[in-house]
Amino acid sequence: MLLDMAASAYDSRAALGREADGMSYESLRRTVAGGAGVIRASAAGSVAFIGLNGPAFPSLLMASAAAGVPFSPLNYRLPADGLAELLARLDRPLVVVDEAFEHAVGTRDRVMTSGAWLSAAREAPEVPAADVADEDCAVLLFTSGTTGRPKGVVLRHENLVSYVIGTVEFASADLGEAVLVSVPPYHVAAIGSALTNLYAGRRMVYLPNFDPAAWLDIVAREGITGAMVVPTMLARVVDELGETPPEVPTLRSIAYGGARMPATVLERALRLFPAAGFVNAYGLTETSSTIAVLTPEDHREALGSDDPAVRARLTSAGRPVPGIDVEVRGDDGRPVADGDAGELWVRGPQVSGVYEGIGSVLDADGWFPTRDRARVDSAGYLFIEGRADDTIIRGGENVAPAEIEDVLIRHPALRDAAVVGVPDEEWGERIVAAVVPYEGTTADADEIRAFVRARLRGSRTPDDIVIRDSLPYSPTGKLLRREIVAELSSPAAVRTSERM
Amino acid sequence: MQLKIGARYRSQVCQTEIIVVRPLPGEADLTCGGHRVVDLKESPAAGLSLKEGADTGNALGKRYTDASGTLELLVTKPGQGTLALGGEPLVLKEAKPLPASD
Repeated sequence: MLLDMAASAYDSRAALGREADGMSYESLRRTVAGGAGVIRASAAGSVAFIGLNGPAFPSLLMASAAAGVPFSPLNYRLPADGLAELLARLDRPLVVVDEAFEHAVGTRDRVMTSGAWLSAAREAPEVPAADVADEDCAVLLFTSGTTGRPKGVVLRHENLVSYVIGTVEFASADLGEAVLVSVPPYHVAAIGSALTNLYAGRRMVYLPNFDPAAWLDIVAREGITGAMVVPTMLARVVDELGETPPEVPTLRSIAYGGARMPATVLERALRLFPAAGFVNAYGLTETSSTIAVLTPEDHREALGSDDPAVRARLTSAGRPVPGIDVEVRGDDGRPVADGDAGELWVRGPQVSGVYEGIGSVLDADGWFPTRDRARVDSAGYLFIEGRADDTIIRGGENVAPAEIEDVLIRHPALRDAAVVGVPDEEWGERIVAAVVPYEGTTADADEIRAFVRARLRGSRTPDDIVIRDSLPYSPTGKLLRREIVAELSSPAAVRTSERM
Repeated sequence: MQLKIGARYRSQVCQTEIIVVRPLPGEADLTCGGHRVVDLKESPAAGLSLKEGADTGNALGKRYTDASGTLELLVTKPGQGTLALGGEPLVLKEAKPLPASD
């Protein structure tokens, strides 16, 4: 339905790829209608995609919907056994794979390369879209599994349609608008961007392997007007630029999300891209992408304000999008007092909360537990303090790592910091900060602890500071705290860390 | 008829198709071109035609609302009929688009 609306309105407008040789809306519609026939002829019960972002991805997403089967983009970085495990959880999948990853799929039924998919879909006879029920699964997306076995999140047609209709105005993009998508296909923002940008009428350009110089080059060359990045990407772009703002006159919007943005990176980006409006998007796979946004106006107001409460909003996730209700609940399961922190629960038609093999985790009133710790300020701005699982319990006191990380990142010698809880006989957990100094600077553990103690309570001062060259991140910009904890908990680590 | 969020309807007398973004509680007399809209999968009754005065049309992708501002419909396929609730034409809803976020 969404693509039919778009194709009927935009026709020859460019939908995908470069202005010069991209795919028009009409051509995408044709590819999707043919592709639905290809999927049906294969007698597949689902479609899996193992590849980089590019034209195969949105055509598969929509052709799967038109064929009435769920679509699962898988992480192409997974080893062969990891992919096999996920494929075994899908119903008779048609596997479309980039040639570069064909070897990881091995021999099985119903495999075709991305190139073969695109040509088959273009040439196959068009078939009418299948009759799908609103509650049928449209996309089965596996979570990154930073804390265990990947969970398959069921996004139903009604969730995705609600998300698009609730957050985007049809045909709201001006002719000539183009978005640069850098997230991989298995990220929920890639699903969101394919749907919302096609609906808005905005051309999508894909950057398959993120690199800061290539990103800046495409923005300039393709006249990109908007871009979506995860925080680690923006950090690399500002590092690449140093103090010199780039020549990117077309770039009007930079959206970021997917992980917490360090305030220092954001402030540098705001200086380097003075003409761009910044948008912080907060959402989860389970909520069909964005559920709260901090708008460009919010950013500007926060930056220019002398009121500390307003200024603090620069680090907030903004306010809920239409249709989304939020509630912060304490450990007792009841709503906390205004302004207090607790677990964030959300509700709305775009929220799925259904997992493959597990079922719905919504409570009786339709609320979904995000497992994120959050608080809401007096004006309704949402502050995300990190995963509830990451909360450190030191001597019976709950400590949110984010609070300490926000202070550490302000230390002039530090470019990155992660705070974790490491098992401790005396305290239950002790607070350890892994910090990354800027090149050419030396960081002194005692001095860093004093810096934190001057700004936070003593119980929030890290017990240990360990110095690292870099911190482990997933390719989608999520800090891998488990790896840091595992490393710091090994006996060898205790000897080398600077215990004080 | 009882309107449900996400429900899709069609006009019996023109090409119009709609989806319910925000429903009204209780019974709703929703018409297009002067005749009751029907479920998208239903066939129009024979012999109906666009009523005079109910032919001002609607626009693709636009939102329409009633006088109270409670009901919200989105046109997924445009047509010549006027969308109306209880005989009162619906009005175009001023959209406040959010910034693109993905």
